Amino acid sequence: MTTVSITVNGKTTAADVEDRTLLVSYLRETLGLTGTHVGCDTSQCGACVVHVDGKAIKSCTVLAVQVSGSSVTTIEGLSKGDDLHPVQVAFREHHGLQCGFCTPGMIMAAVDIINRHGGHLDEQTVRHELEGNICRCTGYHNIVKAILDAASKMQVAVAAE
Amino acid sequence: MGVEGIGQRVARKEDKRFITGKGRYTDDMKLPGMTHAIFVRSPHAHAKVTSIDTAKAASMPGVVAVLTGAELVADRIGNLICGWMVHSKDGSPMKMGAWPAMAPETVRFVGQAVAVVIAETRDQARDAAEAVSVDYEELPAVVSVLDAIAPGAPQLHPEAPGNKIYEWSIGDKAATDAALAGAAHVVTLDITNNRLVPNPMEPRSAVAAYDSGDDQLTLWTTSQNPHLARLVLSAFYNVAPEHKLRVIAPDVGGGFGSKIYIYPEEVVALWASRKVNRPVKWTSDRTEAFLTDAHGRDHVTKAELAFDINHKILGLRVHTYANLGAYMSLFSSAVPTYLYATLLSGQYVIPNIYAEVDSVYTNSVAVDAYRGAGRPEATYVVERLMETAARELKVDPAELRRKNFITSFPYQTPVIMTYDAGDYNASLDVALKAADYAGFPARKAEAKARGKLRGIGLSCYIEACGIAPSKAVGSLGAGVGLWESAEVRVNPVGTVEVLTGSHSHGQGHETTFAQLVSDRLGIPTSQVSVLHGDTDKVQFGMGTYGSRSGAVGMSAIVKAMEKVEAKAKKIAAHLMEAAEGDIVIENGEVKVAGTDKKMPFALVALAAYTGHNLPEGMEPGLKETSFYDPTNFTFPAGTYVCEVEVDPETGHTTIANFVAADDFGRLINPMIVEGQVHGGVVQGIGQALLEGARYSAEGQLLTASYMDYAMPRADDVPSFELHHTTTLCPGNPLGMKGCGEAGAIGSPPAVINAITDAIGIRDLTMPATPDKVWSAIHG
Repeated sequence: MTTVSITVNGKTTAADVEDRTLLVSYLRETLGLTGTHVGCDTSQCGACVVHVDGKAIKSCTVLAVQVSGSSVTTIEGLSKGDDLHPVQVAFREHHGLQCGFCTPGMIMAAVDIINRHGGHLDEQTVRHELEGNICRCTGYHNIVKAILDAASKMQVAVAAE
Repeated sequence: MGVEGIGQRVARKEDKRFITGKGRYTDDMKLPGMTHAIFVRSPHAHAKVTSIDTAKAASMPGVVAVLTGAELVADRIGNLICGWMVHSKDGSPMKMGAWPAMAPETVRFVGQAVAVVIAETRDQARDAAEAVSVDYEELPAVVSVLDAIAPGAPQLHPEAPGNKIYEWSIGDKAATDAALAGAAHVVTLDITNNRLVPNPMEPRSAVAAYDSGDDQLTLWTTSQNPHLARLVLSAFYNVAPEHKLRVIAPDVGGGFGSKIYIYPEEVVALWASRKVNRPVKWTSDRTEAFLTDAHGRDHVTKAELAFDINHKILGLRVHTYANLGAYMSLFSSAVPTYLYATLLSGQYVIPNIYAEVDSVYTNSVAVDAYRGAGRPEATYVVERLMETAARELKVDPAELRRKNFITSFPYQTPVIMTYDAGDYNASLDVALKAADYAGFPARKAEAKARGKLRGIGLSCYIEACGIAPSKAVGSLGAGVGLWESAEVRVNPVGTVEVLTGSHSHGQGHETTFAQLVSDRLGIPTSQVSVLHGDTDKVQFGMGTYGSRSGAVGMSAIVKAMEKVEAKAKKIAAHLMEAAEGDIVIENGEVKVAGTDKKMPFALVALAAYTGHNLPEGMEPGLKETSFYDPTNFTFPAGTYVCEVEVDPETGHTTIANFVAADDFGRLINPMIVEGQVHGGVVQGIGQALLEGARYSAEGQLLTASYMDYAMPRADDVPSFELHHTTTLCPGNPLGMKGCGEAGAIGSPPAVINAITDAIGIRDLTMPATPDKVWSAIHG
């Protein structure tokens, strides 16, 4: 057992975990943050994407001990209180989700894509960037629309600040 | 009507919890004292279990119990069943091999469970499962349907000689043989419909909790039909009587058919929870899902379509071999028969049809309904034949279809179905215009100048959904009725709760069902809640599959609403001293037509519950139920046009354009309908280009992860152009037809027709992977 200390959604957390404990297990089972999902066992589906120190990672592929001392943001920590993140808003407005299972990972990946590309997103780029996230319901059509819309709105918001 | 009524693109009520991580899926459940189950699974496709040594595992840290198939059988837990009886041509019943939830003696597919470890944590259970020592005596295995019926093939079940489950037929053999014999032209195709893995993103999961105080079991599970699960678990598997078993299907992360069935793991979780007297959780990992979720499709077919000199169809003859895997799953018998061969008339006048279907056991996981279930296979046969015929007859594929369209309704096909309404020319016209069909030659020439091969393909599909009239399916062998139930509770403050036997696992029922209530009463959807998925709350239900939630589930809500409204009108007429026939309900108010007398609907509801001033003899309360049984299937239909560009250097296919024109009857929420089409079409493109479950000759599943099984990803598919044409379904009160499966049904032949057009070959077996396409181009 190893003691880990991880800031999750702005709060300091600490626990003794087995060395083999994955970050996703720490989030889901130790902290009860079940918004982060496990959809595969080969790091392919992206349902488990969270941000570690601001960058998207697949939390099924990282040990909890590896991120001790880091800051993690999960889907539960994305909105500011009742103010939804623009990507969350866009997913709802454009019907970018159906069963909702891939959605937390999709949204966290989308935020990272938009952050990395700034205002320079087009459909082809979004589709290419989503290669690590699988959705079986939507056919991606509305996810792509949502991300493009959120990107343009975030750009406008940044410009206005 | 109003801004949230029928036909409006209302954003989904359920989305808030999903986009904020507040969805509640089965694996999110955590109960006090909960244990974790890991199954010990067979590494062999066919073997005798000669011994199981659990001693070492039982002594490991955290282990609560190690249970085997022998103990399960000793506790009289029932074998898994197939609930739809199909008879062979000779009148004999289908041959159902015994399927215990854990195998005590013989395993017949890789991944079949032989034991289960229950431990304090999942990791401890996994460690101990690896320490369970199982001795097997390997037996020869067979995985392909044609190999399984060959002389000398390994035999799976003593009940099924030759591995044959049934040899079924439909239609008039003599007339069809005569039609083909006298035809001017017969087009023949040998067709393989590739085996698919449904792959909802949420793996299956079950949490079973035994309460010894009340001798009560509760099961949270990833089910599309919790009431059906409770019925089967009680009546056949003997885990608990129905009134002592509560089944809850909370948020479920997609199903596509694969979560209809009651699987061994749920049975074992319930049985084990009672045995260890603690809650037991099991959650599939993705590899287990590939190994144990029911697969779909897997047909081998020879099909012949006959034309007269004027290119009118004379007859269709089909012989299909269907691989049902090692055991008969819950509805597996019906998929290649009544959900397949009854759709072989497509959109066409085909005077004579004869189809034979032989269903066969192999050493692979069970095959059952997957999105479309039989209708994609039928559509693929018919639409590949039509395209191939057009090429051989040297006529335009659209015109050959148009020449043979059914144009008069109702239309009785030679294979049971009576199509109630449709306009196939309308959807073809819309699709061809949207796809700029006329401009294709110019685009092909332009692509050729760039060194690319461009092709276009059509698919005019029909499907039967809104399943189904209970009497009809009963006469065909179904073990259950396929009606739906609803309860509408108007609360004293005028808010409304709808309890439905349908189950939403992505379809957006919480929104569309609320829109229906909003439409009828004129109250906002925020004042309506939709409850589903809990056998303790909802009176009964048959669940969601076969695009039945709209046509059947919503019809039940309409019937209950009509009763609520009738009672509300009686109360209002009494209170306002008006004639009952003059009362109308609109905009959340109850009005006396032609006067300015009115009162809020909420006050009528309050009056119903105070009971202070009700019409003489009326019971208080405002809550009604209904059981709605449809009178016919519904028949969505449409035309899909796919345009592809193939790179001859690499064999890679790009979907350049995809147009869908669907007739789903009345749309409640077009945004949600479009989402269903997007998803269905991509699953169909997945089948055509990417997906295929492959077993080795020894029965090892070679495609058991997302690294080996090619799921469609965002950059494999385009955005889509969708259109709708409308003929209302005359069979249900809303005129709805159903939209959940059409995309997966209609798209595969459109894609393959386009690729074969592009590269100028007659046929290509799905999936059209780059190596296959490259080989076809380069001989």
